[in-house]
Amino acid sequence: MLSYIDKIKEISRRLLKESKVDMVIGFRKGTVVMMNEPCFVKTVADVDKLVWDSNCGINLANYLANRTEKIGIVAKGCDSRNIVTHIIENKIKRDQVVIIGVPCKGMIDRHNIEAMAEAEIQEVIETDDTIQVKGAGFEKTLDKKEVLQENCAICVHRNPVIYDELVADEVKEQTDVDRYEDVRHIEALSPEEKWDFFEDLLSTCIRCYGCRNACPLCYCPTCFVDESRPQWVGKSQDSTDIRTFHFLRAYHCAGRCTDCGACERACPMGIKVRLFTKKLEKDCLELFDWEAGLTLEKRPPLDTYRPDDPDEFIR
Amino acid sequence: MKVIKIDKKEWAKGLERLSKTYQLFGPAKHEAFFVFKALEDGELPDLDVQNTRLSPRSVIYPQSEKMFEYTLDEDQEDHHILKEIDKEYSSRAIIGIRPCDAKAFLLVKRNFDAPEYKDPYWIKSYEATTLVGHGCNAPCSCCFCTTAGCGPFHEEGLDILLVDVDDTYLAKIITEKGDRLLAAAGWDTKTDTATNDPIENMKEAAEAKITSMVSTDQLKDKSTTDLFEASFWEDVSFACINCGTCTYVCPTCWCFDIQDETHGLSGIRMRNWDSCMYPLFTFHGSGHNPRDTKTQRVRQRFMHKLKYYVDKYDNGIQCVGCGRCVRFCPVNIDIRRVCDLMNSFEL
Repeated sequence: MLSYIDKIKEISRRLLKESKVDMVIGFRKGTVVMMNEPCFVKTVADVDKLVWDSNCGINLANYLANRTEKIGIVAKGCDSRNIVTHIIENKIKRDQVVIIGVPCKGMIDRHNIEAMAEAEIQEVIETDDTIQVKGAGFEKTLDKKEVLQENCAICVHRNPVIYDELVADEVKEQTDVDRYEDVRHIEALSPEEKWDFFEDLLSTCIRCYGCRNACPLCYCPTCFVDESRPQWVGKSQDSTDIRTFHFLRAYHCAGRCTDCGACERACPMGIKVRLFTKKLEKDCLELFDWEAGLTLEKRPPLDTYRPDDPDEFIR
Repeated sequence: MKVIKIDKKEWAKGLERLSKTYQLFGPAKHEAFFVFKALEDGELPDLDVQNTRLSPRSVIYPQSEKMFEYTLDEDQEDHHILKEIDKEYSSRAIIGIRPCDAKAFLLVKRNFDAPEYKDPYWIKSYEATTLVGHGCNAPCSCCFCTTAGCGPFHEEGLDILLVDVDDTYLAKIITEKGDRLLAAAGWDTKTDTATNDPIENMKEAAEAKITSMVSTDQLKDKSTTDLFEASFWEDVSFACINCGTCTYVCPTCWCFDIQDETHGLSGIRMRNWDSCMYPLFTFHGSGHNPRDTKTQRVRQRFMHKLKYYVDKYDNGIQCVGCGRCVRFCPVNIDIRRVCDLMNSFEL
């Protein structure tokens, strides 16, 4: 996957040079280990600052909504599915984007890797299959497959579903993964146990809204928690208000979430916020045979009506 | 300044005595990271922490704080009158605060305890708190305290500085508050044989480990309007998702929002931390928002910390270099990079 960068740069240079796009959205090298920063490149000379490695987990589709320029965008499988969702929801036009597709082998979970190290990690060297981490008095080589973000480890759409250029041959999709083990575990709890589970899950939330803001789906001009005339949700650390935010946000993502993991990756407190959206994703798959962002041809289940809807009340 | 030696074998006993008259706070491990919390009976502060995920600012300035209560029941004589809520300001101590976080309280004090405005809640809380610092022998790679007016053994803002030397803590008593705390803890303060030398040596060694730097020397002389209009803000702010992480993990951010919450006929007035990253922060009652775009909000955060504060107080930047915003920004916006861009900016 490291070799993709040459092709990403070559395509970006060409698109800019031929004025096919006004900017390319990609990543530049981060200032701390295991982080890269989303950036735009507007000139051929700036293309060289683009990078590609296993630290490009941020979903770049988040930077597309409501933009008016012609944009080239580097897109992994999940980003491409969110671009599809954006097109369906009229947040960007198909002919406004040139999608530089990246067959993805998964992004690494920096929080998890940091927790595994004896001390602060000061240097990280990546190969195609390994992640070598170094710090004061220690050095270890990790198998990349073992330290992927959780959503990447169970991803079944690594290849872009929509693209104009592809930077390499498609990768093999995973088929032998159990996507919903954790959701089934929660489903099996009693209502009281579920209450306690979510109470505990959200106990460290500081209401920074990193999960919401990293999510490409959360583009509402005014989020319901920011509504002030009238105000819908309290602003304090009251646990009811915190729960209201997380539960409602998850429901707003039903049938739209691609499990890109941006929310969980963004959380400064390490809260597993995907547990909410995954339950709804599982329901959409089971009830409507639906996975978000795979096609431009169909409407998502929650914004359309079908005579064969599984629920009787709606028929 | 007196330096005493505390035998680590006596450490727990002293804290136990201390807990009779002080409410103790200290770092504790919470799953994958450390936080500051009120210590339970017999619980010791975990001083093996490199740094906590959140700063201890909430010990003095809670994220949500009730100020008044009221009733809307017109049968009650005092309806529609705000009544102050009784609050507890008995002695408390933060054991194991890092020097950067302690210095941060002094920066925040300039806002909450200014000649023209006094914030009673913050001041009472701050005055009730004794800060027992823990010298930083192994700073993180993102720490840039030495060029942000602070340092791993910086004493400003602390009442006591603890330094870990083998099986003892050397405790440097910096203020009278610190003296009172030591008396309450009852450690043997008479064995005043320790000297300042080991502390000075460790301080130098720790400072030498800090490799991350910022330049701030030109900020004061830059034109505010030139910086405000600078072309780099679009590039700096592009990745920003306008979450509140940087402002909530920061020990020096102080902004709050006041809210009334009414349930039935009774209610409370409270204040909650707010963030300049949020669109609602500057949303006017008229519906107009003078800081309507992400770029404006990002610019405000950096201009406040690195220019407006510098100009207003003439006492350095509004940052102690703890590095938390650098480590936890979900999209890697780095104040060190922005500070250098501002400091070296030429039209």
